[in-house]
Amino acid sequence: MTTMSRTSPPASARATKESAPTDASHGRREQGRRRRGQSLEQRRAPHPHQPKLAARSMYRIQRLMRPNPLYRGFAAWLESTRLPRRLFTAAEERVKNELFGCAMCGQCALPVTGYACPMSCPKQMRNGPCGGVGADGSCEVYPDRRCVWLEAYTRAEHEGRTDDFNRLLRPIDQRAWGQSSWINYWQGRDEGLWTGPDEQRPDLHPEGQARS
Amino acid sequence: MSSRLRKRLEADGFAVTAEIGPPRGADLAAVRNKAEILRGWVDAVNITDNQGAHVRLSSWAGSLAAMDVGVEPVMQLTCRDRNRIALQSELLSASAMGIPNVLFMTGDHPKLGDHAEAKPVFDLDSIQLTWAARTMRDERKLMSGREVDPAPDWFIGAVENPFAPPAGFRAQRLAKKVAAGAEFVQTQFVFDVPAFARWMDQVIDLGLTERCHVIAGVGPIRSLRALDHMSNNVPGLHIPDDVSRRLRGVPADRVADEGMRLAAEIVQLVREIPGVSGVHVMAFGYERGIPEILERAGVGARGDVAPAADRAAGEGAAAGEGAGEGGHAD
Repeated sequence: MTTMSRTSPPASARATKESAPTDASHGRREQGRRRRGQSLEQRRAPHPHQPKLAARSMYRIQRLMRPNPLYRGFAAWLESTRLPRRLFTAAEERVKNELFGCAMCGQCALPVTGYACPMSCPKQMRNGPCGGVGADGSCEVYPDRRCVWLEAYTRAEHEGRTDDFNRLLRPIDQRAWGQSSWINYWQGRDEGLWTGPDEQRPDLHPEGQARS
Repeated sequence: MSSRLRKRLEADGFAVTAEIGPPRGADLAAVRNKAEILRGWVDAVNITDNQGAHVRLSSWAGSLAAMDVGVEPVMQLTCRDRNRIALQSELLSASAMGIPNVLFMTGDHPKLGDHAEAKPVFDLDSIQLTWAARTMRDERKLMSGREVDPAPDWFIGAVENPFAPPAGFRAQRLAKKVAAGAEFVQTQFVFDVPAFARWMDQVIDLGLTERCHVIAGVGPIRSLRALDHMSNNVPGLHIPDDVSRRLRGVPADRVADEGMRLAAEIVQLVREIPGVSGVHVMAFGYERGIPEILERAGVGARGDVAPAADRAAGEGAAAGEGAGEGGHAD
């Protein structure tokens, strides 16, 4: 169940591999990474990301973001367009990547994770930290970084939101990568992403979970 | 098929499980030999799934080998290498082949293993996989919602590390696994018994022992090298100072024996903690020493399930509450 034998290739060999992809698309990828900040890196190999804004501010902003008929109509319109949708999605990515290391999974869990992004966990765990968190709070995969779930829990605890950590988060839809989660959220597609805080044996298949 | 492990736990007996890592080679003899050593001493034996992200023979093949020699397997399955299609397929196959117990974990990241350049899958996490499995079994549905016929039938296990931060969340995390469908849980190695007892208190307060059997992880540290390795290189493993002082305090030729003695003492201590339903012994590469640990701890060889219920009758009221275990199927 746990790791007893961890003979790995030398750290230096691994480090080189990570930082220097050697295939033909290298140049193109490098360019992409510069243009899109950390996002491409995050999508390729998620690293724990420390949020740049206090949880309290985020919970406040969240109140302004709640779906209403206006947002819903706006989201539906955006989705029917090409350029405005792309610009909007790019803006969302820019803001959320800067603040949370967002990799655009398109189904945002931030409201129930203390506004620390679980998709920046190297294992992309949606339901809390793994068992490998170091005693000092370090990530098992990137020991120089703090576990993002530990960060999430600390932030939620500070705001009295630890009940959120009792919710079960359903498996994500891998087709939604790159979509705007705001457009999805405002159109009510996020309703099945997680359960209530204390449900026993909730349904894995909620109504309205379908995404197109 | 029915799980002997489940029967033992539901009869309020004290369960014993152990762990076997399959070999890096195309031969099942190693698994059979280890299982034979443990036969009669354990209720079931975990077969690991490419443990530590190192390539080994698969956990289903290892499970079948254990069954060949009359030892009940717990097939471990991680989310590291398979997407939800492959995971569900493995699960159906396991049930069809008669594997009676499964145990889910997210799995170590490939970066820590012998193929660091591999693609990490992690399509699901351990809780989602537990949830999917319970849905397949009890609701006869795949994750897609399509019907499964006939439904698979295994006893569903999970793991938890009571010692990793955030300390305040670890019992709650087990609660999530139980809400998702876990029926038994094996813990990370217990070396810090008071910390484990504090976690058990929280587990009982959350009412989890009524729905999930808790099996404490134990194991011997047989050399100072192993002590250093476990202290420094195994994430999420906490070895308290008094344990390392004790092992460092004996002459070099006595460390192995002291480690075995310590493991046996921990078995005895955790057995007295209310709510603990068994021990899971991990002794990688030293499976032949497991009977000795159990014997020193006074656990003894496994009898039939029924008599064990008398022996363990006073074992802790909290676990006893689970008597109406038909309730597992809710």
